[in-house]
Amino acid sequence: MKIKLLCLVIFFNFSVYATSNEILNESQIHKNLRCLVCQGQSIADSNSDFAQTLKMVVKDLIKQGKTEDEIYNFLSEKYGDWILYKPKFNYENFLLWSFPYLVLVFGGFIIVFLIKRRQKKT
Amino acid sequence: MQRIIKLITVSLLVFILGIFYLSLNRSSNYDTKFLVGNKLADIELKSLQSKEFFTNDDFKNNKYTLLNFWASWCAPCRVEHPYLMMLSKNKDIKILGINFKDKKINALKFLEELGNPYDYLAKDNNGKQSVNFGIYGIPESILIDSKLNIIKKIIGPLNEKDVKEIKEIIKS
Repeated sequence: MKIKLLCLVIFFNFSVYATSNEILNESQIHKNLRCLVCQGQSIADSNSDFAQTLKMVVKDLIKQGKTEDEIYNFLSEKYGDWILYKPKFNYENFLLWSFPYLVLVFGGFIIVFLIKRRQKKT
Repeated sequence: MQRIIKLITVSLLVFILGIFYLSLNRSSNYDTKFLVGNKLADIELKSLQSKEFFTNDDFKNNKYTLLNFWASWCAPCRVEHPYLMMLSKNKDIKILGINFKDKKINALKFLEELGNPYDYLAKDNNGKQSVNFGIYGIPESILIDSKLNIIKKIIGPLNEKDVKEIKEIIKS
Protein backbone atom coordinates (compact mmCIF):
# COMPACT_ATOMS: atom_id res chain seq x y z
CA MET A 1 0.00 0.00 0.00
CA LYS A 2 2.82 2.33 0.99
CA ILE A 3 4.69 1.60 -2.23
CA LYS A 4 1.59 2.30 -4.30
CA LEU A 5 1.11 5.59 -2.48
CA LEU A 6 4.75 6.49 -3.00
CA CYS A 7 4.49 5.70 -6.74
CA LEU A 8 1.38 7.83 -6.98
CA VAL A 9 3.07 10.77 -5.25
CA ILE A 10 6.15 10.47 -7.50
CA PHE A 11 3.99 10.25 -10.62
CA PHE A 12 1.93 13.27 -9.52
CA ASN A 13 5.07 15.32 -8.80
CA PHE A 14 6.59 14.44 -12.16
CA SER A 15 3.46 15.36 -14.10
CA VAL A 16 3.15 18.69 -12.23
CA TYR A 17 6.84 19.41 -12.91
CA ALA A 18 6.49 18.53 -16.61
CA THR A 19 3.39 20.72 -17.01
CA SER A 20 4.94 23.70 -15.24
CA ASN A 21 8.10 23.33 -17.32
CA GLU A 22 6.09 23.32 -20.54
CA ILE A 23 4.09 26.38 -19.47
CA LEU A 24 7.28 28.19 -18.49
CA ASN A 25 8.98 27.43 -21.80
CA GLU A 26 5.94 28.36 -23.80
CA SER A 27 5.43 31.73 -22.13
CA GLN A 28 9.16 32.47 -22.36
CA ILE A 29 9.05 31.80 -26.09
CA HIS A 30 5.91 33.92 -26.50
CA LYS A 31 7.65 36.84 -24.81
CA ASN A 32 10.52 36.73 -27.31
CA LEU A 33 8.25 36.66 -30.37
CA ARG A 34 7.07 39.94 -31.85
CA CYS A 35 3.45 40.28 -32.87
CA LEU A 36 3.99 41.49 -36.43
CA VAL A 37 0.59 43.10 -36.76
CA CYS A 38 0.63 44.89 -33.38
CA GLN A 39 2.51 47.94 -32.20
CA GLY A 40 5.40 47.01 -29.93
CA GLN A 41 3.77 43.94 -28.43
CA SER A 42 5.02 40.41 -28.08
CA ILE A 43 2.62 37.59 -28.87
CA ALA A 44 2.41 36.99 -25.12
CA ASP A 45 0.84 40.44 -24.70
CA SER A 46 -1.41 40.31 -27.73
CA ASN A 47 -4.76 38.74 -28.41
CA SER A 48 -4.62 39.46 -32.13
CA ASP A 49 -5.48 36.76 -34.62
CA PHE A 50 -1.87 36.50 -35.72
CA ALA A 51 -0.62 36.14 -32.12
CA GLN A 52 -3.19 33.40 -31.43
CA THR A 53 -2.10 31.49 -34.54
CA LEU A 54 1.55 31.80 -33.63
CA LYS A 55 0.84 30.56 -30.09
CA MET A 56 -0.81 27.46 -31.57
CA VAL A 57 2.17 26.89 -33.86
CA VAL A 58 4.62 27.24 -30.94
CA LYS A 59 2.55 24.74 -28.92
CA ASP A 60 2.66 22.28 -31.83
CA LEU A 61 6.40 22.69 -32.25
CA ILE A 62 6.98 22.09 -28.53
CA LYS A 63 4.81 18.96 -28.77
CA GLN A 64 6.96 17.82 -31.70
CA GLY A 65 9.94 18.05 -29.35
CA LYS A 66 11.57 21.12 -30.92
CA THR A 67 13.93 23.11 -28.74
CA GLU A 68 13.56 26.84 -28.09
CA ASP A 69 16.33 27.61 -30.60
CA GLU A 70 14.76 25.38 -33.25
CA ILE A 71 11.44 27.20 -32.82
CA TYR A 72 13.16 30.58 -33.19
CA ASN A 73 15.06 29.35 -36.25
CA PHE A 74 11.87 28.06 -37.86
CA LEU A 75 10.00 31.31 -37.30
CA SER A 76 12.86 33.60 -38.32
CA GLU A 77 13.18 31.55 -41.51
CA LYS A 78 9.55 32.40 -42.29
CA TYR A 79 9.31 35.95 -40.96
CA GLY A 80 12.91 37.15 -40.72
CA ASP A 81 14.85 38.11 -37.58
CA TRP A 82 12.34 40.92 -36.99
CA ILE A 83 10.02 38.40 -35.35
CA LEU A 84 12.57 37.84 -32.56
CA TYR A 85 12.95 40.40 -29.81
CA LYS A 86 16.44 39.11 -29.19
CA PRO A 87 17.94 38.38 -32.61
CA LYS A 88 20.82 35.97 -32.87
CA PHE A 89 24.40 37.08 -33.46
CA ASN A 90 25.21 36.72 -37.16
CA TYR A 91 27.26 38.42 -39.87
CA GLU A 92 24.42 40.82 -40.66
CA ASN A 93 24.14 42.21 -37.15
CA PHE A 94 27.62 41.68 -35.75
CA LEU A 95 28.22 45.45 -35.81
CA LEU A 96 25.09 46.04 -33.78
CA TRP A 97 26.33 43.64 -31.10
CA SER A 98 30.00 44.61 -31.16
CA PHE A 99 29.74 48.39 -31.69
CA PRO A 100 29.17 49.24 -28.00
CA TYR A 101 32.27 47.23 -27.04
CA LEU A 102 34.32 48.89 -29.79
CA VAL A 103 33.23 52.31 -28.52
CA LEU A 104 34.07 51.25 -24.97
CA VAL A 105 37.58 50.14 -25.96
CA PHE A 106 38.10 53.27 -28.04
CA GLY A 107 36.81 55.48 -25.19
CA GLY A 108 39.17 53.75 -22.74
CA PHE A 109 42.03 54.27 -25.14
CA ILE A 110 41.30 58.04 -25.34
CA ILE A 111 41.01 58.33 -21.55
CA VAL A 112 44.37 56.59 -21.04
CA PHE A 113 45.93 58.82 -23.67
CA LEU A 114 44.55 62.01 -22.06
CA ILE A 115 45.67 60.94 -18.57
CA LYS A 116 49.18 60.17 -19.82
CA ARG A 117 49.39 63.53 -21.59
CA ARG A 118 48.26 65.38 -18.47
CA GLN A 119 50.85 63.50 -16.38
CA LYS A 120 53.56 64.49 -18.84
CA LYS A 121 52.59 68.17 -18.62
CA THR A 122 52.68 68.17 -14.83
CA MET B 1 49.25 60.07 -31.74
CA GLN B 2 46.80 62.96 -31.69
CA ARG B 3 46.42 62.60 -35.43
CA ILE B 4 45.47 58.98 -35.10
CA ILE B 5 42.85 59.81 -32.47
CA LYS B 6 41.45 62.58 -34.67
CA LEU B 7 41.35 60.22 -37.64
CA ILE B 8 39.58 57.51 -35.66
CA THR B 9 37.07 60.05 -34.23
CA VAL B 10 36.28 61.43 -37.68
CA SER B 11 35.96 57.89 -39.13
CA LEU B 12 33.58 56.96 -36.31
CA LEU B 13 31.48 60.06 -36.91
CA VAL B 14 31.34 59.37 -40.66
CA PHE B 15 30.42 55.77 -39.92
CA ILE B 16 27.61 56.76 -37.54
CA LEU B 17 26.27 59.40 -39.94
CA GLY B 18 26.48 56.86 -42.79
CA ILE B 19 24.45 54.36 -40.77
CA PHE B 20 21.84 57.04 -40.00
CA TYR B 21 21.67 58.06 -43.67
CA LEU B 22 21.25 54.49 -44.90
CA SER B 23 18.68 53.64 -42.22
CA LEU B 24 16.58 56.72 -42.85
CA ASN B 25 16.52 56.03 -46.57
CA ARG B 26 15.43 52.44 -46.08
CA SER B 27 11.74 51.59 -46.03
CA SER B 28 10.72 50.88 -42.44
CA ASN B 29 7.65 48.88 -43.49
CA TYR B 30 8.00 45.27 -42.53
CA ASP B 31 7.35 42.62 -45.16
CA THR B 32 8.36 39.08 -45.98
CA LYS B 33 9.55 39.72 -49.52
CA PHE B 34 12.96 38.33 -48.52
CA LEU B 35 11.36 34.91 -49.12
CA VAL B 36 11.56 35.54 -52.88
CA GLY B 37 14.20 33.23 -54.33
CA ASN B 38 13.66 30.59 -51.63
CA LYS B 39 12.04 27.23 -52.18
CA LEU B 40 8.43 26.99 -51.14
CA ALA B 41 7.76 25.18 -47.87
CA ASP B 42 6.28 21.72 -48.00
CA ILE B 43 2.62 21.99 -48.84
CA GLU B 44 0.04 19.80 -47.18
CA LEU B 45 -3.26 21.56 -47.52
CA LYS B 46 -6.71 20.09 -47.14
CA SER B 47 -9.05 20.60 -50.05
CA LEU B 48 -12.01 22.88 -49.31
CA GLN B 49 -14.45 20.69 -51.18
CA SER B 50 -13.22 17.14 -50.63
CA LYS B 51 -11.13 15.04 -48.28
CA GLU B 52 -8.13 15.29 -50.62
CA PHE B 53 -4.82 16.87 -49.71
CA PHE B 54 -2.73 19.11 -51.94
CA THR B 55 1.02 18.54 -51.80
CA ASN B 56 4.03 19.97 -53.67
CA ASP B 57 3.69 17.26 -56.33
CA ASP B 58 0.36 18.71 -57.45
CA PHE B 59 2.06 21.90 -58.61
CA LYS B 60 5.25 20.58 -60.20
CA ASN B 61 3.64 20.17 -63.61
CA ASN B 62 2.39 23.76 -63.70
CA LYS B 63 4.55 26.34 -65.41
CA TYR B 64 3.55 28.83 -62.74
CA THR B 65 1.26 28.61 -59.72
CA LEU B 66 -0.13 31.51 -57.75
CA LEU B 67 -0.96 30.76 -54.12
CA ASN B 68 -3.61 33.17 -52.95
CA PHE B 69 -4.65 33.43 -49.30
CA TRP B 70 -8.18 34.76 -49.03
CA ALA B 71 -11.38 34.73 -46.97
CA SER B 72 -14.98 35.74 -47.50
CA TRP B 73 -14.80 38.08 -44.47
CA CYS B 74 -11.80 39.95 -45.88
CA ALA B 75 -12.80 43.20 -47.63
CA PRO B 76 -9.51 43.67 -49.58
CA CYS B 77 -10.04 40.14 -50.98
CA ARG B 78 -13.15 41.46 -52.73
CA VAL B 79 -11.03 44.29 -54.19
CA GLU B 80 -8.43 41.91 -55.64
CA HIS B 81 -10.93 39.34 -56.89
CA PRO B 82 -11.44 40.87 -60.37
CA TYR B 83 -7.66 40.74 -60.89
CA LEU B 84 -7.61 37.06 -59.96
CA MET B 85 -10.43 36.48 -62.44
CA MET B 86 -8.30 38.25 -65.05
CA LEU B 87 -5.27 36.05 -64.27
CA SER B 88 -7.35 32.88 -64.31
CA LYS B 89 -7.85 33.33 -68.06
CA ASN B 90 -4.13 32.83 -68.63
CA LYS B 91 -3.33 29.19 -69.42
CA ASP B 92 0.26 29.36 -68.18
CA ILE B 93 -0.70 30.01 -64.60
CA LYS B 94 -2.76 27.96 -62.20
CA ILE B 95 -4.22 29.52 -59.09
CA LEU B 96 -4.41 27.81 -55.71
CA GLY B 97 -6.85 29.57 -53.42
CA ILE B 98 -6.21 28.96 -49.73
CA ASN B 99 -9.32 29.84 -47.78
CA PHE B 100 -8.07 31.31 -44.51
CA LYS B 101 -9.95 30.99 -41.18
CA ASP B 102 -13.29 30.96 -42.91
CA LYS B 103 -16.52 29.02 -43.00
CA LYS B 104 -16.96 26.76 -46.01
CA ILE B 105 -20.50 27.96 -46.65
CA ASN B 106 -19.41 31.62 -46.70
CA ALA B 107 -16.40 30.86 -48.88
CA LEU B 108 -18.51 29.07 -51.48
CA LYS B 109 -21.10 31.83 -51.40
CA PHE B 110 -18.34 34.39 -52.01
CA LEU B 111 -17.13 32.45 -55.07
CA GLU B 112 -20.66 31.98 -56.35
CA GLU B 113 -21.24 35.71 -56.13
CA LEU B 114 -17.91 36.97 -57.56
CA GLY B 115 -16.78 34.02 -59.71
CA ASN B 116 -14.25 31.28 -59.08
CA PRO B 117 -10.74 32.02 -60.37
CA TYR B 118 -9.16 29.06 -58.57
CA ASP B 119 -7.91 25.87 -60.18
CA TYR B 120 -7.40 24.37 -56.74
CA LEU B 121 -9.28 25.24 -53.57
CA ALA B 122 -7.73 24.51 -50.20
CA LYS B 123 -8.50 25.52 -46.65
CA ASP B 124 -6.51 26.62 -43.64
CA ASN B 125 -9.13 26.64 -40.90
CA ASN B 126 -6.94 27.70 -37.98
CA GLY B 127 -4.28 29.62 -39.92
CA LYS B 128 -1.44 27.34 -38.78
CA GLN B 129 -0.54 26.34 -42.35
CA SER B 130 -0.13 29.97 -43.36
CA VAL B 131 2.83 30.33 -40.97
CA ASN B 132 4.73 27.90 -43.22
CA PHE B 133 4.45 30.45 -46.01
CA GLY B 134 5.32 33.52 -43.91
CA ILE B 135 1.79 34.89 -44.07
CA TYR B 136 0.82 37.47 -41.46
CA GLY B 137 -2.32 38.96 -42.94
CA ILE B 138 -4.61 38.40 -45.88
CA PRO B 139 -4.82 38.77 -48.80
CA GLU B 140 -1.32 37.64 -49.67
CA SER B 141 -0.17 35.91 -52.84
CA ILE B 142 2.91 33.89 -53.71
CA LEU B 143 3.98 33.17 -57.28
CA ILE B 144 6.01 29.98 -57.72
CA ASP B 145 7.51 28.29 -60.77
CA SER B 146 7.51 24.59 -61.65
CA LYS B 147 10.55 24.02 -59.43
CA LEU B 148 8.56 25.55 -56.57
CA ASN B 149 10.88 28.54 -56.29
CA ILE B 150 9.22 31.69 -54.98
CA ILE B 151 9.29 34.20 -57.83
CA LYS B 152 7.17 36.94 -56.33
CA LYS B 153 5.36 37.68 -53.08
CA ILE B 154 2.51 40.15 -53.02
CA ILE B 155 1.42 41.43 -49.63
CA GLY B 156 -2.04 42.96 -49.66
CA PRO B 157 -4.57 42.92 -52.49
CA LEU B 158 -3.42 42.35 -56.05
CA ASN B 159 -3.68 45.39 -58.28
CA GLU B 160 -3.32 46.18 -61.96
CA LYS B 161 0.44 46.68 -61.64
CA ASP B 162 0.89 43.29 -59.95
CA VAL B 163 -1.16 41.54 -62.64
CA LYS B 164 0.93 43.23 -65.34
CA GLU B 165 4.16 42.16 -63.63
CA ILE B 166 2.91 38.58 -63.21
CA LYS B 167 1.93 38.44 -66.89
CA GLU B 168 5.38 39.69 -67.86
CA ILE B 169 7.04 37.02 -65.70
CA ILE B 170 4.86 34.34 -67.30
CA LYS B 171 5.71 35.54 -70.82
CA SER B 172 9.47 35.56 -70.25
